Amino acid sequence: MAALEEEFTLSSVVLSAGPEGLLGVEQSDKTDQFLVTDSGRTVILYKVSDQKPLGSWSVKQGQIITCPAVCNFQTGEYVVVHDNKLSAEVYRILSVQGTEPLVLFKEGAVRGLEALLADPQQKIETVISDEEVIKWTKFFVVFRHPVLIFITEKHGNYFAYVQMFNSRILTKYTLLLGQDENSVIKSFTASVDRKFISLMSLSSDGCIYETLIPIRPADPEKNQSLVKSLLLKAVVSGNARNGVALTALDQDHVAVLGSPLAASKECLSVWNIKFQTLQTSKELPQGTSGQLWYYGEHLFMLHGKSLTVIPYKCEVSSLAGALGKLKHSQDPGTHVVSHFVNWETPQGCGLGFQNSEQSRRILRRRKIEVSLQPEVPPSKQLLSTIMKDSEKHIEVEVRKFLALKQTPDFHTVIGDTVTGLLERCKAEPSFYPRNCLMQLIQTHVLSYSLCPDLMEIALKKKDVQLLQLCLQQFPDIPESVTCACLKIFLSIGDDSLQETDVNMESVFDYSINSVHDEKMEEQTEILQNGFNPEEDKCNNCDQELNKKPQDETKESTSCPVVQKRAALLNAILHSAYSETFLLPHLKDIPAQHITLFLKYLYFLYLKCSENATMTLPGIHPPTLNQIMDWICLLLDANFTVVVMMPEAKRLLINLYKLVKSQISVYSELNKIEVSFRELQKLNQEKNNRGLYSIEVLELF
Amino acid sequence: MGEFKVHRVRFFNYVPSGIRCVAYNNQSNRLAVSRTDGTVEIYNLSANYFQEKFFPGHESRATEALCWAEGQRLFSAGLNGEIMEYDLQALNIKYAMDAFGGPIWSMAASPSGSQLLVGCEDGSVKLFQITPDKIQFERNFDRQKSKRHFSWGGRILSLSWHPSGTHIAAGSIDYISVFDVKSGSAVHKMIVDRQYMGVSKRKCIVWGVAFLSDGTIISVDSAGKVQFWDSATGTLVKSHLIANADVQSIAVADQEDSFVVGTAEGTVFHFQLVPVTSNSSEKQWVRTKPFQHHTHDVRTVAHSPTALISGGTDTHLVFRPLMEKVEVKNYDAALRKITFPHRCLISCSKKRQLLLFQFAHHLELWRLGSTVATGKNGDTLPLSKNADHLLHLKTKGPENIICSCISPCGSWIAYSTVSRFFLYRLNYEHDNISLKRVSKMPAFLRSALQILFSEDSTKLFVASNQGALHIVQLSGGSFKHLHAFQPQSGTVEAMCLLAVSPDGNWLAASGTSAGVHVYNVKQLKLHCTVPAYNFPVTAMAIAPNTNNLVIAHSDQQVFEYSIPDKQYTDWSRTVQKQGFHHLWLQRDTPITHISFHPKRPMHILLHDAYMFCIIDKSLPLPNDKTLLYNPFPPTNESDVIRRRTAHAFKISKIYKPLLFMDLLDERTLVAVERPLDDIIAQLPPPIKKKKFGT
Repeated sequence: MAALEEEFTLSSVVLSAGPEGLLGVEQSDKTDQFLVTDSGRTVILYKVSDQKPLGSWSVKQGQIITCPAVCNFQTGEYVVVHDNKLSAEVYRILSVQGTEPLVLFKEGAVRGLEALLADPQQKIETVISDEEVIKWTKFFVVFRHPVLIFITEKHGNYFAYVQMFNSRILTKYTLLLGQDENSVIKSFTASVDRKFISLMSLSSDGCIYETLIPIRPADPEKNQSLVKSLLLKAVVSGNARNGVALTALDQDHVAVLGSPLAASKECLSVWNIKFQTLQTSKELPQGTSGQLWYYGEHLFMLHGKSLTVIPYKCEVSSLAGALGKLKHSQDPGTHVVSHFVNWETPQGCGLGFQNSEQSRRILRRRKIEVSLQPEVPPSKQLLSTIMKDSEKHIEVEVRKFLALKQTPDFHTVIGDTVTGLLERCKAEPSFYPRNCLMQLIQTHVLSYSLCPDLMEIALKKKDVQLLQLCLQQFPDIPESVTCACLKIFLSIGDDSLQETDVNMESVFDYSINSVHDEKMEEQTEILQNGFNPEEDKCNNCDQELNKKPQDETKESTSCPVVQKRAALLNAILHSAYSETFLLPHLKDIPAQHITLFLKYLYFLYLKCSENATMTLPGIHPPTLNQIMDWICLLLDANFTVVVMMPEAKRLLINLYKLVKSQISVYSELNKIEVSFRELQKLNQEKNNRGLYSIEVLELF
Repeated sequence: MGEFKVHRVRFFNYVPSGIRCVAYNNQSNRLAVSRTDGTVEIYNLSANYFQEKFFPGHESRATEALCWAEGQRLFSAGLNGEIMEYDLQALNIKYAMDAFGGPIWSMAASPSGSQLLVGCEDGSVKLFQITPDKIQFERNFDRQKSKRHFSWGGRILSLSWHPSGTHIAAGSIDYISVFDVKSGSAVHKMIVDRQYMGVSKRKCIVWGVAFLSDGTIISVDSAGKVQFWDSATGTLVKSHLIANADVQSIAVADQEDSFVVGTAEGTVFHFQLVPVTSNSSEKQWVRTKPFQHHTHDVRTVAHSPTALISGGTDTHLVFRPLMEKVEVKNYDAALRKITFPHRCLISCSKKRQLLLFQFAHHLELWRLGSTVATGKNGDTLPLSKNADHLLHLKTKGPENIICSCISPCGSWIAYSTVSRFFLYRLNYEHDNISLKRVSKMPAFLRSALQILFSEDSTKLFVASNQGALHIVQLSGGSFKHLHAFQPQSGTVEAMCLLAVSPDGNWLAASGTSAGVHVYNVKQLKLHCTVPAYNFPVTAMAIAPNTNNLVIAHSDQQVFEYSIPDKQYTDWSRTVQKQGFHHLWLQRDTPITHISFHPKRPMHILLHDAYMFCIIDKSLPLPNDKTLLYNPFPPTNESDVIRRRTAHAFKISKIYKPLLFMDLLDERTLVAVERPLDDIIAQLPPPIKKKKFGT
């Protein structure tokens, strides 16, 4: 779900922004640093995370910077043009990572910066016609080939030029505006794909249009026309006084700056173009210059007089979330399984647009592509792939299949696919299509009984990530398998855990506010649902505990297992079980692992008792009942063993005290119950009107 | 419509007796209920669960067992060692017969209905043959020596026949015996585990047994267990521990696919025979539904084809319908709790503003207070004089009071038990009250089912349990028997309800099933009979001036019958044509009292346990779309709208549970309420269940 975070101002220094605003904001060679060029004489390098300038440069008085400073990523130098001082007037210097900067002249000619600096006085040809003005430009690297696109305007007609820099092929396209010939394009943005540049434009009618421009033209010599298609309707008011701006955030999201209604204040809004929904918006009451830049995860704009940065995040989200601003409600007691296929899972969509130049087509085009393939049902094709192809290829095919919405036979195909994969896994020990299996599990259509081999193989491979996923997704895991998972989760080494990528959703990082926690604990020591480590009438335990009082506080505040292991154990806690069937298997777990698990559970219990609602923080934490049930289960199964272990003694004493205090709380509650009943009786008597009264009744 | 001062009375300290036994008769769809004071009540489940008959209790006759046999004959047995049969027509006890086995704890009629089995204190099981007019002792079953105590076996607390009639199961203390009926000898003796939650109790009492046709015996016991036994081998098959307290009762459905048990914790559990897996022919008993409608011990349960019926110490009779068995949404689909009797226990002297309360063994006379203040709707007025308890009249002997009445002038009180009729003359001298019993009652006035005084208090009408109606002239301190209307030839049906016209000319009497008879008191002859209706009459009254007889039936229909014209009035015909409002028909307590306004002839006042209603015959009847009950006063609507929305039924639900309501004078009502909380407060404390912890 796309979201805008809290904005912050980069500099309290008022930039000398002219009526046109800033000249530009550009990336530098460090991810967190950006070059801001104002419309006067100054270039400032900002470090965004620190929200402060690192350095600034100015040209001499009388001189003026005419195009924004950029970073030459190859040399690490910053390049700026002042007073158009080159052999011809420079429109912009363009620089992206991995290639040398290009210089675009106002007449449409393009030069490499190095070549230009080597011969500054060389003749610059004129490419575009008279009265044609460059409106916008963007520079991409497609398959290591620099591609430059610039848009020109002449008498209300727009032209797009695509320059393959290496091959020096320049293609000119005419942008057809469609029926509404009077509309003026206010802002452009573009994203690139293997074959197409997707040019998005924000017109004066407030709509966003998309134009697909082929990177490799069929016939470069011919002047070609491009048709635009409507992408989003009326995102901003067409006749707003202020400028509007548009920038693509990723494949599915665009940010629009402008007033949604003619009269209203300016807003920064994020739209999902796939679902045509407004994801979020932020009001900018002090007005903007109508300029918007987006780098990394930051949106830059001039808000009032100061440069403002709004971080933008797009978390993996459900379809329901994307379709509108639905609340993600989480019932702490129940395991909420999203029933929507997560379209973005393979790669996640939080990646910045710049980084995802690999093939990520939007759904519409993917469909077209599929329809072009020979008429073999995708499911059949998938099944045949499974039996022979390489893991990599299978993964691609599975991904393709999953992307094709749910077909009627979706469930059966998924089932067959998994069975096929598992059969092959058994036959070829080296074959283990982990990513595929993960994706298939996440379709929510599998269950343990459909593919019992899946967990068996994962257990054999000690693939804790897959096991965790299974525990979360399958409703019908037998107790013996749950217990086998538990064994692995407890025994796997910390170093091998580091390499895995387990889902940490159920774990809250207790270390972050441990200081705060300790403070809380001190205050609530008396409450804690009656459990007070200090108060104790058992003399023996008291002595025992008083020996190492510091140890105890440490024990109660620091998690006895690493975060990842905690996440895995939480998956076990969430799983369904029947006590009778689980108990015999629990007896097989080594005693030191039992102790570790008990310590962790005890730690969770202490965390639970820190707040009044007796819940743990985090998205999907284990509930108090789950924790207590498991403590009882473990002790039931292994008490004779655990009681003999010296290292478990402290834990057992603590648990004993816990139970004891609970019993005393309950007995107190029982006493209170009697008092309450008496109060209730008194209350009833009060409400009683007495045995006799004369009242007035009117019947209507 | 009218503004009234309402005397809101809550000092009627009535507590119903706990329910001891229930017995369901499938043939007539009636339920017999016995209470701990010996009262036996008959509920007609087809007539909207109306309590149509009752037999008054007796201090020495604690009923421990109740059963139907030979079709519709009702028997009870109790701790006095007697077996009794009830006459359901004349509403008296036909005979009582000592079984000579000490107190009787259990009784069961054979599947054919021709034999009766009782279990006695001395451990004997006795078989009686049911003859057309009596029962006859046949023989004893072999008594067994108790192995544990080296004495004769303990009391037989429960009995059940095998549906074929060849064997019986008898539950005792610590064991269950199986007898062969033919030989009378014990086939098996099954020892019940005394263990209770791991702790050995002193005794395990088998409170109930049920013998199924496949030979399974189900037992319930004081250790909280429901156990299944194989009677062929005498072995325990399965055991369910369902309660921390006694399981006191069991009843099996006729189809043997479901049974119900009641526990001392007030819970009722439903067990059903369900297939082990779907489509499997193998079935097993599964505890399916728990119900908690009682606060105290569920002493008894019954299983009708469509409902589970339970009763116990908390005095409620609960009908819990089995929704899967109910086909249409009607009375049978709703949960019912019956707490109060469906007859009037209160009478009122309007002239002296007195209320006479009837209890099981005494009467209380109260004088209402007064106020001079006035107020608006809902106000409680300050009392200038509080209510006075004038008289506490205790009965002599062990019998319960059947009926009682105070004359409208307040000078006479009459009441009756099963064997004696009492008439008292009251004299008021300033604040003193003196009471004088009228002695030498004639022999025919031995027992009355209903007593009524005429409006001028000069005549006394008595419905005797022999079906006769007696008219007695009262003058000064003496009385004179005027006439007796004998029942029509051949019938002995007792009259339960009486109504006399304010002018004293007409007397209406209603029995339990036949129509209402109207007698001319002046001419001392039967005037007419109101056409029979197939639901029993719950209340009736004759209106002043018009002499219209208003009759309420248990299906919530109300009729108005003109006595002079011998036909239903036009209004009544209109009502029948249009029909009552559906919400009116869905009320589940019967109308128990009807009265009239002396100055407003168009008004009929009536009430049930949860509402009081004035029917204004001059207004249009409500249809199903109009709001029947509108508790809010009309806002400032125009007269047109008000007239359009106004309808004949003016209902108030302020007073509940409402046991009595009458008009004292034009602007004064008296309402007697009995809040359930006050009853619960007088019951023994229930088994305490902890809310917290273990």
